Amino acid sequence: MRDGAPGADHRGTLRGRRRHEWAVAYMLLVPALLLFAVFSFYPFFRNFKLMLYETPPVPGVPAHYVGLHQIIPTITSTQFTQSLVTTLVFVVLVVPISLLAGLALAVAAHRKLKGMAVYRMIFSSTVVSSVAVASVVFGTLLNPVVGLLPWLGINPSPPALESSTWALPSVAVITIWQFLGLSFIIMTAGLQSVPDELLEAARIDGAGSWTRFWRMTVPLLSPTIFFGVVVSTIYAFQAFGAVDILIGPTNTVRLHTNVLIYNIVNTLQISNNAGAAAIMATVLFLILLGLTILQMRFLERRVSYAR
Amino acid sequence: MAQVSFDAVTKRFGHTTAVDELTLDVADGELLVLLGSSGCGKTTALRLVAGLEEVTAGTVSIGERVVNEVDPKDRDVAMVFQSYALYPHLTVGKNIEFPLRQRGVSKDERMARVAKAADTLGLSELLGRKPAQLSGGQRQRVALARAIVREPTVFLMDEPLSNLDAALRVQTRADIVELQSRLRTTTLYVTHDQVEAMTMGHRIAVMSDGKLQQVATPEHLYALPANAFVAHFLGSPGMNLVEGLLVDSGAPGTLCFAFPGASVPLPTEVADAVRGSGPDVVLGLRPEALQLSPEGSISATVVIVELLGAETHVICHTETGARLIVRQVASAAKPALGEAVRIAVDPDPRSYHLFDSSTGDRLGSAA
Amino acid sequence: MPADEATETASAPTPVAQPEAGAPVRSTRRTRKPRRRLRAIGSYTILSAGAVVVLFPIYVTIVNSLLAPDQLVEQPPPLVPTTPQWHNYTQAWTTGQMSKYVLTSVIMTALIVAGQLVTSILAAYAFAFLNFPFKRTLFVVCLATLMIPLEVTFITNLDTITSLHWFNTYAGLAIPFLATGFGIFLLRQAFLQIPRDLQEAAQLDCYGHLRFMTRVAVPLARPSLAALGVFSFLAAWNQYLWPLVSTGGTSPLYTVQIGLKQLLGTQVTQIPVSLAGAVIAFVPLVILLLVFQKQLVRSLTAGAVK
Repeated sequence: MRDGAPGADHRGTLRGRRRHEWAVAYMLLVPALLLFAVFSFYPFFRNFKLMLYETPPVPGVPAHYVGLHQIIPTITSTQFTQSLVTTLVFVVLVVPISLLAGLALAVAAHRKLKGMAVYRMIFSSTVVSSVAVASVVFGTLLNPVVGLLPWLGINPSPPALESSTWALPSVAVITIWQFLGLSFIIMTAGLQSVPDELLEAARIDGAGSWTRFWRMTVPLLSPTIFFGVVVSTIYAFQAFGAVDILIGPTNTVRLHTNVLIYNIVNTLQISNNAGAAAIMATVLFLILLGLTILQMRFLERRVSYAR
Repeated sequence: MAQVSFDAVTKRFGHTTAVDELTLDVADGELLVLLGSSGCGKTTALRLVAGLEEVTAGTVSIGERVVNEVDPKDRDVAMVFQSYALYPHLTVGKNIEFPLRQRGVSKDERMARVAKAADTLGLSELLGRKPAQLSGGQRQRVALARAIVREPTVFLMDEPLSNLDAALRVQTRADIVELQSRLRTTTLYVTHDQVEAMTMGHRIAVMSDGKLQQVATPEHLYALPANAFVAHFLGSPGMNLVEGLLVDSGAPGTLCFAFPGASVPLPTEVADAVRGSGPDVVLGLRPEALQLSPEGSISATVVIVELLGAETHVICHTETGARLIVRQVASAAKPALGEAVRIAVDPDPRSYHLFDSSTGDRLGSAA
Repeated sequence: MPADEATETASAPTPVAQPEAGAPVRSTRRTRKPRRRLRAIGSYTILSAGAVVVLFPIYVTIVNSLLAPDQLVEQPPPLVPTTPQWHNYTQAWTTGQMSKYVLTSVIMTALIVAGQLVTSILAAYAFAFLNFPFKRTLFVVCLATLMIPLEVTFITNLDTITSLHWFNTYAGLAIPFLATGFGIFLLRQAFLQIPRDLQEAAQLDCYGHLRFMTRVAVPLARPSLAALGVFSFLAAWNQYLWPLVSTGGTSPLYTVQIGLKQLLGTQVTQIPVSLAGAVIAFVPLVILLLVFQKQLVRSLTAGAVK
């Protein structure tokens, strides 16, 4: 705890000086705390209030109080459960592939060969891509007329983004590509934290490169891998933009790409039901909170590892 | 035969030469110490034997075999790193077992050898723990156990004691010496600590700037250093080195070493050996060869008196500003600060070391 | 203990190496491991394949943005634009309104980055250098905001914005994001690295808080400030959900990201223009990455590596 503040306080008494310090501290914190209160905590708690009001699907009719009765129907509604399932499928598609790809590239780029800096720059570059850019880029690639697929001889009918089986995986590919940069950066940082001396010792002890990788690098990398899993899962759960850009309201396969947030936004804007949206948002929050707590628990246990 | 040989070995990193034309033989069963300050190339030389660095020029041999192109895992060497490099995610037992697993040794055999190595180093109780739960000394012993369990041809040790506190260091030093003499494995030991070198090595190879300065037994290095660097490096405090001139003294056939404020007559053997060398020389005198005495041949002023309990170091400055440290027993009279004194040199010819003032090499008879 | 070369007497002259036994001079032989070469080639292959996979979509986008619509439908599509249609870019910029969108993004991002830096500096300073009741609790409160994602708060925030008449304004776009728990966490850590001695020396020199903050703390925390700045810029520029829902109406204040959505159409004639728009949106960030790679990596791995 930092004691003593730089500051000639001519107020004389120790008590006065301390009070002065408190005042300064609170003043410094006001901007941030005020913003947090208004835009983070108030909305969070207000969700619980919103959940108690239902807006009927009839336009113009205001919301009326229904207490807790809205919660169960919303959670068990097919629309919600199905969007939950869709999102889970999406997560399962995105997380392992993007982490493995990031790991593979990080390992490949970890050598002391010439030109590594360039490759590292290339592999981390997707971290700056936005969801909109990635969607536009891949949307074009998947376009039935001008895209990549016809050139490769694949002419799916209906086109990828309108096919009930392929629409979600296509969106997943976009997300994987976009997340690749971050995955690479995280894995590279993890690899750098494995001490060279350990691998040298293993080498002298007779371990070949394959053994060194699986028995040394991967176990020591497990905290990083776990961190990557949590970050990418949270990221995948929050998928929205790609769906919004590429799957329009007229798209027949909307149901198959109805990820959670997309569902929430639609419920809010189209069905105008803030209450239901709030309920779904809270469920999402609980899922994300659970994941984060899991991560902290797991990492606590593993911290005793590398020292 | 488990000899280790360096033959004109050079290692360059870009433009820097870390090891320069090193030629050195480590005899079978010997514990050879590579001694020098940081950056002198000793650790690089060690890593060349391990195969962790590639030789730029020259050959490294283990036994009869040139190992330049041989992968570390096929060289049958074991290394103890300064930081121990224990595998943090494995238990002590698994750490020690690791080298054996890679060699396809049967499970029973592995367990037996691990148990034996652990027993030798007093680790039998700790086999289930992880490195993070061990003290520094215990981790060090695990590193040693991992090295001996393979019964390799060569041990390589990179400053294994430098992370231990002083008391533990003394104890472990003795343990390593005892272990090595029992196992009789050829050992290459790197350190910057000359006390370790002197007490542990059968022979010491002193290195500086990537070059070998001298390799000899500790006694020989101490008594007959081959150059001024080695002379000053060994010994605590290091040898006094003073610049001066060789002049004829009054009596025919005798020489004196002179500088302002001092005229040190050289014993006949010493004079005969260095006759013919240029007038500019450097004289080396160990602190224990000096004494404060009214008949001394060097005049100086006392600057600092260090009381060390069993002995006293009197640090003096000559008229030219040269620094001389005189070692006294505790019972001798201690001078006052600023006092003008005279310093006498032991007449034994072995106390005199003369070096060329430009090259630093020893003058006179071969070291 | 040995080896201080600084004897004030004769400086030990540089010793010349004398090997024990005179060794004949050998001709230097370059040692090479052919196996190592093979491994290097294998690595480069994987790396190049990965680079192709990552860069290919971007490359195709750039190429396609310079094609005319009829070139676009060729099979196979051309891999190099022979007659680059630069007018696609001017079209995206003017008719496609990219100029407006870029301006909006720039202003919004500048506001958010400035705001986050300032609020984080102030709050982190308080947590790092001052003592006051509830300090620990308040810090946890700040970190807790990181648990509350936008997806949960946007519903109410939309109402708040609207009732303040901030819908479709810069205020509405930027103000909810002017403070961030991540920034406070990062900068507090940086401030805590400043040695206690500096604080006490400043105290003896009668520095007030403002002077200490501006003259000592902030300059010393520059690397973390840069990291935070780059991260905030990236996050703000690439935002999608909030700019989408908080703007609208007759003259919507779209950012570059939402603008891209508008630009995209499935008609073949529209595509090169929308791709040009994507390139316009992407390029500033690539420059950001090239210049600030280190800072960016630092901020992204702040939580990962202990």
